[in-house]
Amino acid sequence: MKIKSFIKYLSLGGVFSLLVACGGGGGGSSADSPVATPMTPAPVMMSYTVNVNNLTHNQPLSPLAVVMHSEQLQVWEIGMSASVGLETLAESGDPASLLAELPEADVYSSQPGSGIIAPGMSEEISLTFEEQAAVRFTVLTMMVNTNDAFAGVQQVDVSGLGVGESMTMNAPTYDAGTESNSETIDSIPGPAAGGEGFNATRDDVDYISRHPGVVTQADGYVASALDESHRFNDPGLRVTVTRTE
Amino acid sequence: MKLKHLAAIPLAMMASYSSAQNISVEITNLTHSLFFTPILVSAHSPDMHLFEAGTTASPELQAMAEGGDIAGLLGLADGMGAVSAENPAGGLLGPAATVMTEMDTGAQTALTITAMLLPTNDGFVGLDAWTIPEEAGTYTLFLNGYDAGTEANDERVVDGSGMPGVAGIPANPGGNGGTDGTGVTLTETNTQIHIHRGALGDTDATGGASDLDSRVHRWLNPVAKVVVTVQ
Repeated sequence: MKIKSFIKYLSLGGVFSLLVACGGGGGGSSADSPVATPMTPAPVMMSYTVNVNNLTHNQPLSPLAVVMHSEQLQVWEIGMSASVGLETLAESGDPASLLAELPEADVYSSQPGSGIIAPGMSEEISLTFEEQAAVRFTVLTMMVNTNDAFAGVQQVDVSGLGVGESMTMNAPTYDAGTESNSETIDSIPGPAAGGEGFNATRDDVDYISRHPGVVTQADGYVASALDESHRFNDPGLRVTVTRTE
Repeated sequence: MKLKHLAAIPLAMMASYSSAQNISVEITNLTHSLFFTPILVSAHSPDMHLFEAGTTASPELQAMAEGGDIAGLLGLADGMGAVSAENPAGGLLGPAATVMTEMDTGAQTALTITAMLLPTNDGFVGLDAWTIPEEAGTYTLFLNGYDAGTEANDERVVDGSGMPGVAGIPANPGGNGGTDGTGVTLTETNTQIHIHRGALGDTDATGGASDLDSRVHRWLNPVAKVVVTVQ
């Protein structure tokens, strides 16, 4: 619509007046013409603080992936195949490739966590970006003493939060479906095993679902590297988002 | 009170008095490796129940929970004047799969959903008489796995065990379990409908106690996500 009327304007021979209207944007080379100061108002910023508490007994959490984004972005979906970035996060705990693969146009601000969050511990991350009408929030992290479990919440609408207001929610645990839940010492990267992280081979169902939990050697699975302390239930995390600006 | 009032109105006028309400019900199987047998979605009056935790299962619920047969439950629902969507997935709803159904619930204000969980002995996913909101909008619910309390959870896969009273799991559609399990238990201590304690399983493909694989067939609640959209 706007482009159409612009073209029409040009065809009517309004080029000269258009240049004037642009206020020196096109020319302004004349030495004695005053430099036009753009009257762009300072952008209004929004800030949110995200606090993640590890609710598990003995599942350290990998560095968080925290994203403030548009309504369009969805990082995972039950029944769908995990992206390579999500597979990497869920198998190795590294959030970098997931954060890198998100479409820039949908991401207002994203940040990796600073490190491992031990059981019972929390991490707080702040994100600031230019004001947006619709703000959605996603956070996820690997439970590192598993094959490919991740916990998180996604597409949480935080647009309605006023400054100083917060919301708290529990995060369930998902199975990325990219690595079978063998629980072996070779395949679990966390301190319980010290095995391999990411492996591009997908030897499980290749769809995302809720996680069925771990079996452990305490429950008769001799080949498991996990003991009874590594079992978990839902929820895995408690997440609080606070609007700070 | 309301029923009495309606009864006094000539039948021909009923149509204009009964309120239509269109809803869509989207059901997602959240589990890693369980299947839902044919699903029954029923809208009915709030004082009726197809199942209730803490009560004994009806023979119709038992038939659904042990063998996936919803004909009996549908008959019960019809008898209650319910509006039902029968088997919207057209068979099994696989792990992580989603199905949607639309229905005009008329004047019925409570929603019930049931389907057997396979492979289990008598586990089912359930929503018991949830009040359908009058206000248009989208409502998300998470459903838990129940144990009908009618059969011991022996975790042995046995052909023909879908018949009520026949011990065993009638089928393992994923085909990823074991055989020749000796049986996890012979008793069902809690014979009321209760939250399912989950599968035990084992990692012995040709023996052990269970024919289920402990790495595959366990689950954590919830087992289903339901999105109800009231138009």
